[in-house]
Amino acid sequence: MMRQLTRLIGVLAVSLVMAAPALVLAQQPPSEPQGEFLPIDQLPPAEQLPAAPLLVAAYAFAWLAVFFYLWTVWRRLNKVEAEMLVLQKRQSRQREG
Amino acid sequence: MRNLFLPLTVVTAAMFAYAPVAIAGAPYESTMLLIQKIFYFHVPAWMAMYAGIAVCGISSVIYLFKGRPAADRLAVSAAELIVLFGAIGLVTGPLWGRKAWGVWWQWDARLTMALLLELVFVAYLLVRAYGGPGSDKLAAAVGLFGLAVSPFVYVSVNIWRTIHPLNTVVPTLQPGMRGPFWFCALAFLMLFALLLNLRVYLATEQTRLDELYLAEEDSAA
Amino acid sequence: MKRRAPACAHAIGVWWGAPDAARYLVSSDFRRDHTTMFLKTALLVLRKDVAIEIRSYEILATTLFFAVGCVLVFAFALVKEGQAPPDAAAAILWIALLFAGTLALGRTFERERYGETIRALLLAPASRPALYVGKLLGILCLLGLTEMLLVPLVALLFSAPLLGHLNLLLPLLVCGTIGFAAVGTLFAAMLMRARTRDVMLPILLYPITIPVIIAGVRGTSALLASPPDEPTAMMWLAILVSFDVVFVTLSLWTFEPLMME
Repeated sequence: MMRQLTRLIGVLAVSLVMAAPALVLAQQPPSEPQGEFLPIDQLPPAEQLPAAPLLVAAYAFAWLAVFFYLWTVWRRLNKVEAEMLVLQKRQSRQREG
Repeated sequence: MRNLFLPLTVVTAAMFAYAPVAIAGAPYESTMLLIQKIFYFHVPAWMAMYAGIAVCGISSVIYLFKGRPAADRLAVSAAELIVLFGAIGLVTGPLWGRKAWGVWWQWDARLTMALLLELVFVAYLLVRAYGGPGSDKLAAAVGLFGLAVSPFVYVSVNIWRTIHPLNTVVPTLQPGMRGPFWFCALAFLMLFALLLNLRVYLATEQTRLDELYLAEEDSAA
Repeated sequence: MKRRAPACAHAIGVWWGAPDAARYLVSSDFRRDHTTMFLKTALLVLRKDVAIEIRSYEILATTLFFAVGCVLVFAFALVKEGQAPPDAAAAILWIALLFAGTLALGRTFERERYGETIRALLLAPASRPALYVGKLLGILCLLGLTEMLLVPLVALLFSAPLLGHLNLLLPLLVCGTIGFAAVGTLFAAMLMRARTRDVMLPILLYPITIPVIIAGVRGTSALLASPPDEPTAMMWLAILVSFDVVFVTLSLWTFEPLMME
C-alpha cells in the first residue's frame, strides 16, 4: 500500500516537473525572438528579467534533487534491511526448530 | 569504501555549508551580473556527470569482459548519479540561459550534448528495470557505448551548433572567480564520491539479500 | 565449447612437440583460414536470411511501404503551399530511414525468436562475431534496398537534386547505414528475449546513433545547398567513417560476452 502510494507520488511529481516548463512558458507573453545573441545591457528594459528568482530556483533545484536522491536511496536501504532482518529471524528459527 | 563514508560526509557537508559564502564573495561577471552565479553549481554538476560517465563506462567494460559483480554494482550506481547530476545541469542551464540569452533553450552545443548523454544513461536505467533476462549485460553494453559515443557527440554537436561561451571560460575566469569555482568543483566531486559510496553500499546489501534468499531456497530444497 | 577444440588440439600438438602444429599456429595460413571461416560463416547466415526472405518478401515489402508512408506523413506535415522548408528533404530521408531501420531490425530478430532458431545458431560451431556480421549484412541489404526506393522518392517529392550528387551521397548513405545498423543489430539481438523489446530498441538506439543522424542530415543538406558544399559533406563523411570503425569494432568485441547467457 505504502509502496503503491509512493510510486503514485513519484509519477505525479515527475509529470509535474515535466509539465512545469510548459506552464511557465504559457504564462509569459510571447516575446519576439531575437535575431542573434545580444548582451544583456543592449536588451530593452522591458525584456530584462529579474535574475534573483531564476538564481534561487537553480540552487533550490540542485539541493532538492540531491536530497530527493538521498531519500530514494534511504528508502531502498530501509526496505532491504527490513527484509534481511525477516530472513535472518526465519533462518535462526529454522536452526533452533 | 565503507569506512570512508563518515569522513566523506563530514567534509562534503562542510564544503557545501561554506559554498554560499564563497559564491557570494566572488566578483560579479561584467555582462551577466547576478545570474552568472549559477555557473558555480552548473559547471561542477557537469564535471560530476562526466566523472560518472567515465566510472560507468569503465566498470561496464570490466563487467562485460570479466563478469565481476562488483563492477556491475559500481556501474549502476554511477549511472544513477549521471542521471542526477545531468538533471541538475540541464535544469540550471536553461534557468541561466533564460536570463542571459532570452530563451530557455537554444540548442546550444554543451547543453545538447549533455541532454544526449543523459538520454543514453536514462536508457541504461530503463534497460535494467524493464529489459528482461540478461539485462545487466545489455545495460553494461549501453554504458560502454555511451562512453564511446561521447567524443562523437562532442564533435558532431559542436560542429552543428556553437554559441556556448564556456568552452574557454575556465582559463579566462577572473582571478576572483577561480577560487570559488574550483572550491565548488571539488565540493561536487566529493558529493559524487559520497553518493557513489552510498549507492554501492545499497547495491551490495541488495546482493547480500539475494544470496540469503538463494541460500534459504537451497536449504529448503 | 566446440570453438575451443581446435585450439586445444593445437596446444596438445605443440606440447607433444609437433613442430608442424606450432608452425601452423603462428603462420599467416592460420590467420587466413580463420578469416575464411569467419567470412564463410557470415555469408552463410546472410544466405539463410535471404533464402527465407525470398520465399515471401514479407519484411522487405512491408519495410519499403512503411518508409514510403513515413515520407508521406512528413510531407503532409511540412509542406506548406506546395513548398517544403529548406532542408526538409535531407531530414526526411534520414528520418524515414531511421524509423524503417528500427522496425526492420526488430522484425528480423523477431523471426529468429519466433522460429526458435537462435539457439541453433548459438550452438553451431561458428564464432559469434561471424553470426553478428552475417546478421548485419542482412540488415544492410534490406536498408540498401529501402534507400534505393527512398532517394528517388524524396528527390521527386521535394524537388531535391539528390540524384545529381550520388558520388558523395552514396558514401554518406552507406556509412550512415553501417553505423546505424552496427549498433542496432547488437541491441536488437540482445533484446530478443525481453518483453519490452519493441520500445526498448528505439530507446537504446536513438541516443547513441544521433551523431549518425546529425552527420547524415548535415552532409546531405550540404550537398543539396546551391552551390553544393562538397568539403562540408566530406567532413561529415569522415565523421561517419570514424563512427563506423569505432562502433563496428566495439560491437564485434562485445557481441561474444553479451550472447553468453
